[in-house]
Amino acid sequence: MINKVVANAQEAIKDIEDGNTLMLGGFGLCGIPENSIAELVKKGVKNLTCISNNAGVDGFGIGLMLEKKQVKKMISSYVGENAEFERQLLSGELEVELIPQGTLATRCMAAGYGMPAIFTPAGVGTEVAEGKEVRNFKGKDYLMEYAFEADFAIVKAWKGDAEGNLIYKSTARNFNPVMAMAGKITIAEVEELVEVGTLDPDKIHTPGIYVHRIFQGVDYQKRIENKTVRAKK
Amino acid sequence: MLDKNGIAQRIAKELKNNYYVNLGIGIPTLVANYIPKGVNVVLQSENGLLGMGPFPFEGEEDADLINAGKQTITTLAGSSVFDSALSFGMIRSQKIDLTILGAMEVSENGDIANWKIPGKMVKGMGGAMDLVASAKNIIVAMQHINKAGESKLLPKCTLPLTGVNCIKKVVTELAVLDILPEGGFKLLERAPGVSVDFIKKSTLGKLFADDNVPEMILD
Repeated sequence: MINKVVANAQEAIKDIEDGNTLMLGGFGLCGIPENSIAELVKKGVKNLTCISNNAGVDGFGIGLMLEKKQVKKMISSYVGENAEFERQLLSGELEVELIPQGTLATRCMAAGYGMPAIFTPAGVGTEVAEGKEVRNFKGKDYLMEYAFEADFAIVKAWKGDAEGNLIYKSTARNFNPVMAMAGKITIAEVEELVEVGTLDPDKIHTPGIYVHRIFQGVDYQKRIENKTVRAKK
Repeated sequence: MLDKNGIAQRIAKELKNNYYVNLGIGIPTLVANYIPKGVNVVLQSENGLLGMGPFPFEGEEDADLINAGKQTITTLAGSSVFDSALSFGMIRSQKIDLTILGAMEVSENGDIANWKIPGKMVKGMGGAMDLVASAKNIIVAMQHINKAGESKLLPKCTLPLTGVNCIKKVVTELAVLDILPEGGFKLLERAPGVSVDFIKKSTLGKLFADDNVPEMILD
């Protein structure tokens, strides 16, 4: 057995340095690595490039790192929920690369599958295509998009074991499995770290080979961005 | 003239039995409220869910179960969950029968702009560029004219594009229109109480309209 367990977020992120490129899992605030983000804020590393579908909200998620001006560049598909983000972007303090959501996910996947690039029709004929190679297959144009390279991928799972095997819960899965595959070093925080042998091999979403460090997370807030309910009849 | 719910209600009539459908944020989300009786559709949410159910009851919301608009939702019998790469895999490989999304501008050759107002709105395209580039069939739900009365159905989009030559049908507060393969808007139906002349005046792009265009029927 390979034991990848570290004590906590502090130990998991100990070698993340200024200028690193990080992938951060989650969609909105759903399935984000809360413990690791809090520790990154505490550690105060700067000039980070963050690849994440969203940039958190004011006061939570990656929004906390933006407030401390730790992020040099964001690579995201949608950043609409964060006033501080918009302020830093319009003032030129923050560099941002907005890319289609499917392109973002598939560039992560490509890294995990060992493929240098993918071809996608998303963004053909738009400003996203500027400077990119276009290839025509069977009469349709596609953009060549490169696999991401990230120093660290930081993901959040529901359950995991010391081997690094991960299972996600519901739509908190989102970008986490594809980012877990894509980091030079992948850090997983889990709600429940279980004994090796208790996870059904058939149910594993991320095989442990992709995960380098795993720890039991604590005090998950799991904030809901847009609580929407219906009336009881 | 239709309100947002009216636009959603009219679009819902385009749903066919056993369609897989992706609904965008805004008016498209409202389409789910008007799915015709006897029509079974499966809603896809691009954050990784097929078979999106209704909003949960108060107290039953789950932070781990949201839709692409980050709203709390529920699953249904037969739902499935998957990661973001797979979600866009099924979009790119055209497994989704119908995509319904909003727009700020549409052009007479089927271009769409809905993600950016330079210097003003910097939110990002989310999944819209992937959806419009790959969808088999797209219906756009949008306002025909802005508050100043200016047309948003144009000869050419003025805002940064989301996709080119991809929109085939537009439903607005005034009309239902097809975009012809050779270019131009073809007026199919008028909203209740709206004249062909008013639609002509409100459409800056090339418009083809017969003298007798039927009024739309909502129910």
